[in-house]
Order: sequence, then C-alpha cells, then structure tokens
Amino acid sequence: MIHHSETTRRHFLKSSLGLAIGFTWVPSLLSQTSVDSLPGSLNNNRMLDSWIHIQPDGKVIVLAGKVEFGQGITTALMQIVADELQINMSRIVMIPTTTGISPNEGVTSGSQSIEYGGIALRYAAADAREILLERAAGQLNVPISELKIEDGEIKSSSGKTTSYWALTNQELFQRPVSAKVALKKSHTTIGQSIERVDIPAKVSGGSAYVQDMKIPGMLHARVIRPPAPRAAIVSLNTAPVEKMPGVVVVIRDGSFLAVVAQREEQAVRAREVLKQNVQWQLAKDLPTSLSAWFRTMKQKRSIDTTIGVKQNAAKPIARVLSAQFTKPFVAHASIGPSCAVAQMKDGAITVWTHSQGMYPLRTDLVKTLGFPAEKIICVHKEGSGMYGQNGADDVALDAILIAKALPNKPIRLQWMRDDEFKWEPYGSAMIINIDAALDQEGNIVDWKHELWSNTHSTRPGEPTGNNLLASWYLEKPFKPSPVKNIPQPAGGSDRNAVPLYVFPNQKVENHLLDDMPIRVSALRTLGAYANVFAIESMMDDLANAAKQDPVQFRLKHLQDDRAREVLTHVAKMADWKQMPKAYRKNGKLCGRGVAFAKYKNLSVYVATIADVEVDPKTGKITVSNLYAAADGGLTINPDGFKNQIEGGLVQTTSWTLLEEVPFNQDGIEINNWAEYPVLRFADVPNVYVEIINRENQKSLGVGEGSQGPGCAAIANAVANALGQRIYDLPLSPNRVKAALAQSRQSA
Amino acid sequence: MIVNLSVNGQVLNVDVDPSTPLLYVLRNDASINSAKYGCGAGQCGSCAVLLDDKVVLSCSYPVGSVNGNVKTLESYASDPTLLALNKAFIAEQAVQCGYCIPGMMIRAKVLLDKNISPSVPQIKASLQGHLCRCGTQTRIIKAIQRAGKELSV
Repeated sequence: MIHHSETTRRHFLKSSLGLAIGFTWVPSLLSQTSVDSLPGSLNNNRMLDSWIHIQPDGKVIVLAGKVEFGQGITTALMQIVADELQINMSRIVMIPTTTGISPNEGVTSGSQSIEYGGIALRYAAADAREILLERAAGQLNVPISELKIEDGEIKSSSGKTTSYWALTNQELFQRPVSAKVALKKSHTTIGQSIERVDIPAKVSGGSAYVQDMKIPGMLHARVIRPPAPRAAIVSLNTAPVEKMPGVVVVIRDGSFLAVVAQREEQAVRAREVLKQNVQWQLAKDLPTSLSAWFRTMKQKRSIDTTIGVKQNAAKPIARVLSAQFTKPFVAHASIGPSCAVAQMKDGAITVWTHSQGMYPLRTDLVKTLGFPAEKIICVHKEGSGMYGQNGADDVALDAILIAKALPNKPIRLQWMRDDEFKWEPYGSAMIINIDAALDQEGNIVDWKHELWSNTHSTRPGEPTGNNLLASWYLEKPFKPSPVKNIPQPAGGSDRNAVPLYVFPNQKVENHLLDDMPIRVSALRTLGAYANVFAIESMMDDLANAAKQDPVQFRLKHLQDDRAREVLTHVAKMADWKQMPKAYRKNGKLCGRGVAFAKYKNLSVYVATIADVEVDPKTGKITVSNLYAAADGGLTINPDGFKNQIEGGLVQTTSWTLLEEVPFNQDGIEINNWAEYPVLRFADVPNVYVEIINRENQKSLGVGEGSQGPGCAAIANAVANALGQRIYDLPLSPNRVKAALAQSRQSA
Repeated sequence: MIVNLSVNGQVLNVDVDPSTPLLYVLRNDASINSAKYGCGAGQCGSCAVLLDDKVVLSCSYPVGSVNGNVKTLESYASDPTLLALNKAFIAEQAVQCGYCIPGMMIRAKVLLDKNISPSVPQIKASLQGHLCRCGTQTRIIKAIQRAGKELSV
C-alpha cells in the first residue's frame, strides 16, 4: 500500500506551498494482526498528521483524498474541520489531492465523501483539538474542563491564555487517530449554508480548471483515436503533418497516435490532417443496434447472484403483474472534454488531471509505464463536471505517453468533443424484469426482480488488468480488468435492486454480463437509476391494480420512519390529492407521479413528485414541476445539499426524456451535441427541494439521491397522463405516440 | 500573419493564422480563462465572449474576422452588469462545476443591458444555446434575475 518515503512528501509540500511540514507514515501498527477498525477513510489512513497540520503561523493545513468537481466537497470538509477544531474556516488551507502526500481515499464516488472522508476528518480534528487542549491544560496548569476555545485561542476561566499556534509542533500529530474523542454536539460551521470556496474563481475568469493551466514552454497535443473500438492502424503517413507549421512531433505507439505542436490550433489542425493519412482495420464487433443488444443480453454468459431473498407465509395471491423495463447506454457528456497536463522531468512524471481517484489512476499508470510508484505523481486539478468515470483517467495516460517522448516539456492535452463523446465509458444498458403479486386486499405478497447488465465500474486501480484506454492500443497492449460487481449492500448493477419496501416474499437475481462490446463504467447512481425506475413504475402499476392512492400504497409497504416522512413531506409540498386524475389543458395531456428511494439503501432518502404535460400531436413530454423532499441525516451544508438534489433532478430529466448513445456495428455514432441532445433551458422544469435535517443521525451521502426517484416520478406522471405506461427509457416522442395509440386501442 | 486585437482594453498583436478560432488566441495569447472549449462547433455556448456589444462564439469565430473590441468575463470589475452578475452568481451559489458559467454570464449581460427585469421565459429563450450538464439551470435563472434587481436599485 505504502510506497513513498517521508522525504518525498516533505519535499513536495515545501516546493508547492512554501510550507515545511513533517510527515509520518503509518507505523508498524498496520503490520500487526489485530488492528481496530476505524471510521470511514481513517481505517486506511490512520495517522493524524496524514490529515491535519496546525502551523505556528495560525494556518491549518488539511489533506484530503476526496476531490472537488463542483459538488462542493472541499467547502463541506472545511466546515467539518472548522467546526470540530473550533476555528474560523479562513484559517484552513486545503491541499489538492496528490499521490504520495494526501491520504489514499480511493475514488471520489458513490456519494461517499461525507460518509468516509468527512467522518475521518471530523475524528482527526476532534483528536487534534483534544491533544492541544491537554497540552494547554498542562502548560496553564488548569483542568481541561476550565478551558474554552475560540478560533484556536484557548482561555481558562481564570483568564490565562494560550493558542493552538503557540502549542503546536511537528511531533504532536505523529500518532494514530484514536477516533475515541467525543464529537461536538453543538455546531458552529456544520449545518450552515456557507458559500463554496471554489465559486469566486469560476465566476470571475480565474484559473480554476486543469484546462486553464499554463506552464512556461508548454506544448499542445491532440490524440487521433480510431474510428471505432478495437480498430488498429494498418498504415500511417506522417509526412504531410510533419511539414505543417508548428508541428513538433507525431507520436505513435502501436495504435496509439498523437500529435504535438507549438500552438493549440496547430495541434487541432494537424489532428485533422493526420486523420486523413491513417488507415485503420476495423474490428466490426459492436452490436448492430441497441435493440439487437437487448435481444442477446439474456443469452450472454453472466455472473449470477441472488440477493434479498425472503420467504414468509402470506395471504393467497389474487393477481400477478409482470413487466420488462429497459435503459439504454447513457453518456456522461461533460461540457468540457477531458484534459490533462503532464511533464517528465528528472526521471519522474507529474500529471495534473480531474480524475476522481488519484491513487487508483497511479496504480494503472504504474502498470502501463513500468515506473516505480514514487516516480509518478498524480495531482488533482478540477475539470468540467464529473458524473462518474469520463475521460479524465484516460487523458492522463495519453498526456503522459506524449510527455515521456518529450522530456522536460510540459504537455497540455485536451480531448476534442468527438474524442469525449466516442471514447468515454458510458453508463451500461440494462434490462429489468419484475413480477409482483397482490393479495385480495391489495398488499404485495411476492416480488421478483431480475436484471441483466454490464458492470458499472471499470475504473483504474484493480489488482489485475489495466483500465486505461490507451493501454489497450499500445504496441505491447494491456487487457482490461476482469468484470466484477460492487458487492451488496451498496451494489453495482444491482444497486437499489432490493426494494426498501417490506414484502413477505422477495427475490432479486442479478446477471452481470461478461461480454462488454461497448465500453462502460460508473455513471452517477450506477444501476440504481434503472432499478428505481423499474421498482417505482411497478409500484404505481400495482397501486393502480389495487385501486389505491400511490402515496398511501407506498406508505403501507414502508416501515422505515424516515422513508415514510420524506414521502409524506413531498406530498404536502406538492399538495398531493388522493389518486391524482389526468386532465387536459390547452390540448396537452397532464399527469402527476410520485416515487421514492433511499440511495443504495444506505444513503440519502429522497421522495419526488413530478408534474408533466404531454403534447399528443408531437409526443413531446414537458416536465413542468419536480418536487423533492430529502433526508441526509446531519446536514453539513444545507444549500450545498439542495444544489446537489436540484442538479440531480434536472440531470435525470435529461437522461429520462432524451438520452441514448447511438451506435452500430461500425462504431459509436456521436460527434457533437446535435447527435447527443441533452436538456436545454426551455425544457428545464421548476424544481422545489426541501431538506429534513436530523442532528442526531449520521451525515449521509446526497450527491446521487435524486436521479432514480426523479426519473421514476416523471415516468409515473407520464403513465398517469397517457393512461398507458412506457417501459423503455428514454421516454421519447415516438414511444409516447406508440403508447397513445395503444391506449386508444384498449379504450 | 500579425493579427491586431483589443481584448478587455488591452491591445494585442499575435502572429497567427487568421483562420484560427478566436478562442485559442484568447486563452493562449491573452491569458483569458473564462472562455472555454466545449464543442468547437458553436453548440454549447461555453466559449461565448463579447465583440463590441454582440455575443460571439469564439470557438468557431476566426480571429482574422474580428473587427472591434473583444470583452470577456475577466473585465467584470469594470463593467457594472458583469459585476452584478458576478455577485449574484455567488449569492445564489449558481454554480456546480462551473465550466459553462462564464459563457452564460456573457449572454446574460447582453440580455440585462437590454432588459433589466427579464421574465423566466425570456431568460430561458436567451440561454437556449447554452448547455449546463450539472443541472444548475434553475439557479442560473435566479442569479440573472437577482443581478437585474441589483442593477435596478
């Protein structure tokens, strides 16, 4: 696990921040057999000085392995430290996540940054506070109980004073975090809507992104990717490009191809010319269409698991409903294509990228380059939005392959729009079948959920295989890691496949496909988006069949009080009337739907209500209102929480109404936004979010809570408006028209 | 060929192919960060800047065709409307990743300079060419309305 020497780390902090900080590595403690499990990310990063340093000059240095990408985690972590240490936030200096320096917290994903990183920093800060208080008590010769802290100043009741800054020294925090100090119960910065620290630079033209990095002597690179996955170069003529103004070099390793130029536009032009001078052998191994893929998914070899099994006596079955739901491949489609800056110097590589996991990235870079880990330094620098694994890891390897060929030269590589659209790993397509049985009184007595999917994580950092795109195209190619599922209870493709509702009989079967012709990986919520869509659609069909109000029907099957409360709360927010009736307004069919999920069955509770209007002529759906009530336990930053839930609702509106990755046997058919439309302003719904704060409950991850229930509420509202359900995502105009035709037939 | 430009009042002479998109010259020769590469095809709006008082999409606007003064978000402190927008976007926390935001602020400046109290449909229509993937649109609308109110007092 641990590759770096203390000196490497000390050296880096000195050079980048003008700070001289001593670090200790985890002592022999870890090699002992019996080590207590510690909360969150402390478990793998036990030393206090791997998290917090208090400086004599009044600054507090905080190291975190969870990275910012506009979700506000940096600010939230600062709030946690400031609260527990009883200091002003302005004293905190956050160090960008850097391999060899920052704690290894793996990937920033799964809405786990507060639950893992936040709790680690909270305990670390609590320990730091107690250590300094003990020292103050000794020095001032008064009991700890008589000491008060105010922004790091320590005062005794008799008027004696000292401070963190006077008491601190390098050795003080060279010890494991005890995680036994009582966390503060009354809060100062926790629970406040503090303005995010990353925003001012973003709204004033400051340097905020890896895209904005400028290093003297920096050259610009572009990659030339194959027309389709697994294609190989058969012939290449570099002569025309080498004659172009500003071109420095064409780099080729196997079927990895790149060009470097003095100026950015020269690299862009050279890429176009190079494209015309390279011939590829196509693999032609993609499915011919999404429907063809859906037809074969159930026959493919799969890893099969059965979860959530319950077998109990129940009343006799009166009625069975069965349905099949599908979800297509969906793109992350970040607005800014992925970008990295890399430099090879003195036999070591430094790469700046917006990847969600600096250490996992380094693991696969080590495999690719054969360098020792300490010769590869991955530094996080924010990029455009991260909604899972986009091109951020891949572009880092691309930039390094180029920088390695041009020692000392800083290389800036930004992917072009079509690079990102065609080569980012998508969210997997899925099929879900649900069979559910009602008894005579309209209670669910049996439930079976069966799903087919590719994996939802092919991130770097696995023990075997290499998950960086360019590694598969090198002269000596690597193979991707074997397919695996993230285990329950969080789950991967089966995330949220086990309903939180209580049924006497239940079974969930997960078929994780081996074959992955279309590259997929983590997209926000993993399998939860489709599983919640399917479960919540079926819940509405069952409520209809039982002639019961959809909110009451859900409440009847829920025992978790917090789940029940978000549902009743959102019903109140939206003024939900029993059994909402579809109606017509200005020729539009109007409907309303409700949905609920507790993300991963572990994190935030979200209940949603959607109002939709459907144009029967064009088949276009407009989501007019989305309401959400959310409970994330102890709220760190209420406005940040709301921003995440609101954003998730708008993003899921786009996924649900519009999005599907088009492809055929020859490749992925997306070059630009016209070929992958996403929601534009005119179609953005009104969004209303209320949060329920629970001071005595642990803080839950909230970043992915609203996509699943948001989608399902829209789908239920559309079913309500049309009198006919659409079982396949996206809810496209053609599907609306087909559903209307069917509805007329059955009427 | 030498191209002469005025960017936020600073004069710039750049030896560059005149067909070069204005965006690359702004970012790499004029130290501009706010205009962003998003699509290179004028489809997303993240590269929007002002050419005199009109919005141009700098990713697909040849630098050789620039005839007038280029203005970007970097000049916000000396432009009352951009300053009001800067404050309003912070007050509303109308940012997630923020990559698309400078382009939207440029578009909103032109809107507010014509109409200080735009309605929601007017704001939506004005920003129809701008994409945001984080789903921050509802806050962006509120921020533009807040900036308008701020300017009207």
